[in-house]
Amino acid sequence: MTSLETQPDASGHFGPYGGRFVPEILMSPLDELEKAYLSARQDPAFQAELDRLLKDYAGRPTPLYHARRLSEKLGGAQIYFKREDLLHTGAHKINNALGQGLLAKRMGKQRVIAETGAGQHGVATATACALLGLDCVVYMGEEDMRRQRLNVFRMRMLGAKVVGVTNGSRTLKDAISEAMRDWVTNIEDTFYVLGSALGAHPYPMMVRDFHRVIGVEAREQILTMAGRLPDQIFACVGGGSNAIGMFHAFLQDPVKLVGVEAGGRSSALGEHAARYSTGGSPGVLHGCYSVLLQNDDGQVSLTHSVSAGLDYAMIGPEHAFLHDEGRAEYVSCTDERALKAAVEISRTEGLIPALESAHAVAEALDRAPSAAGQIFLINLSGRGDKDIDIYRENLPELDRDTVTHDLNYRPA
Amino acid sequence: MTSITARLNDLRQQKRKGLVAYITAGDPHPDRTVELVLALERGGADIIELGVPFSDPIADGPTIQRGTERALAAGTTMKKVLAMAAEIRTHSDVPLVLFTYLNPVLKYGLPQLAKDAKASGIDGMLLTDLSVEEADRHLEALRSNDLDTVFLAAPTSSDRRLELVAKYSTGFVYLVSRAGVTGERDSLSGSAAPLVERMRQLTSLPLALGFGISTPSQAGEAATLADAVVVGSALVRQIEQGGAEGGLEERLEAFTRSLKEGMQ
Repeated sequence: MTSLETQPDASGHFGPYGGRFVPEILMSPLDELEKAYLSARQDPAFQAELDRLLKDYAGRPTPLYHARRLSEKLGGAQIYFKREDLLHTGAHKINNALGQGLLAKRMGKQRVIAETGAGQHGVATATACALLGLDCVVYMGEEDMRRQRLNVFRMRMLGAKVVGVTNGSRTLKDAISEAMRDWVTNIEDTFYVLGSALGAHPYPMMVRDFHRVIGVEAREQILTMAGRLPDQIFACVGGGSNAIGMFHAFLQDPVKLVGVEAGGRSSALGEHAARYSTGGSPGVLHGCYSVLLQNDDGQVSLTHSVSAGLDYAMIGPEHAFLHDEGRAEYVSCTDERALKAAVEISRTEGLIPALESAHAVAEALDRAPSAAGQIFLINLSGRGDKDIDIYRENLPELDRDTVTHDLNYRPA
Repeated sequence: MTSITARLNDLRQQKRKGLVAYITAGDPHPDRTVELVLALERGGADIIELGVPFSDPIADGPTIQRGTERALAAGTTMKKVLAMAAEIRTHSDVPLVLFTYLNPVLKYGLPQLAKDAKASGIDGMLLTDLSVEEADRHLEALRSNDLDTVFLAAPTSSDRRLELVAKYSTGFVYLVSRAGVTGERDSLSGSAAPLVERMRQLTSLPLALGFGISTPSQAGEAATLADAVVVGSALVRQIEQGGAEGGLEERLEAFTRSLKEGMQ
């Protein structure tokens, strides 16, 4: 078997996936970035500064929480949540934004650009830039700006410039394209903080490394609290940064790894972002060879998910590799199941999850009743504050002043 | 010898510079492309880059992005572009380079595409997001079908990378004159001349200079440096402005002629 933990190879390939597929103008800057990152990774001073910020500023380590009420109610597996939702700015994204922000500083790049879909990575990057004294420009599709007004304002309050992208579908895919065009144009002084485990090498490796702390902590915590490893681990997968951060420390363990993609409204192309359950195929997008949703002519499909953070056509290359190796399985969860799961853990555990994370929760909730004696670990990658408007839109029966507050309410 | 090489050799012997004209196939409609290409040729274009539209063109600025969107909305596919090439071939010998991104090529299947492209009269291929590092496994299919493989060199390219680009390219090398995406600019970048010089040390292949060249005087300036000049966005803008009315072919031909005259 190919060694799982030593990926990628020197040229950024995870098995056949990954690599570097960008216009020539970006090739040398990516070489430079890779060199700078590899040197930073081995520099104790860089690591110490990152660890300090993760601990004192972002709030690491995040707790592992045994959800006893939920476990009891489901009557099967014991469920544990890794509480990335408690991090500063509300999601795991800050791990990577601080890491790349420090790297930008180390490389002497004063100007930082980023793309964002839901706005979580944009807010995390704007936050890191404010903290580190860097200029920040965030590209965001106009459609996403409309859906995520609150995060747009948060970024502006943090001093970032938010640039609306009006091309194509006006969502994450177009925001990444526009950020890449900016980078191509301003390579001398600009650092591109990419927010998911995607893009050209070294990004998928670097983003994974910065999130790897999630799984490293969780592994130690579960061994302490439960006395053994979990049986199944669940994480949502858009590009897959929180999932790869959680999975990586468990690759050599006898633990089932389950990535949950966005099943959206239906299985028709354009109505979901589920690469594996509904016909994705290998291809190149935004610098990376991996599995994506596309039509028969190789045009990248539009996607839909109630959660903007999962609304992207390609899965990260390391996930595609783990899939082919049979090391992780990838399933999908519809908008509807995710919403139900969100209400369930809000009501049972007092946790309002990010809609992205609710996808992972939904899959675990479905499997738990028939998994007595097992331990489930769910990465609660973000909290639901940013999604309140979308929850309100989708749960109108809860949003009336005349509503009877039925504790047993569950969406139909 | 491919017809690209033959054409550039002829020009070199005549001490003239070549004009490489890019348009997006299928913009504004697949039915128009053959006539537009023939108009470019009448105007003096020596080589045509036929762009196959891709949904996410990260190397392109707003003008070509819009051309791409128009072409896709009009139903342009790889198969249709090859059919356009085949029809062009019934009227003209102008060398044709298929210019696109990797994904539509992989979806079609590169070995099959190489075969079909050759059969349709395509002479070479340029894949914007295929770097020399990733190109090895794809070159054989292209070479065995006698298709030229054109790669990009950029001002940011290291010396080692320029060597690889020189080694992997046939037909000509496409030099990106500046950092940035495609699009019209006011002046030729200062980074163009040093890049031409660096590349001359490494190869005797003809050098084509592109990105941001949009006026006859810029084309003339670029022609003093390189063997050929690539113009794209300025032509696509002509199509954008004149797509709905009659007389587009005439305007495109006249504009192409003005570029060519700027180069003499």
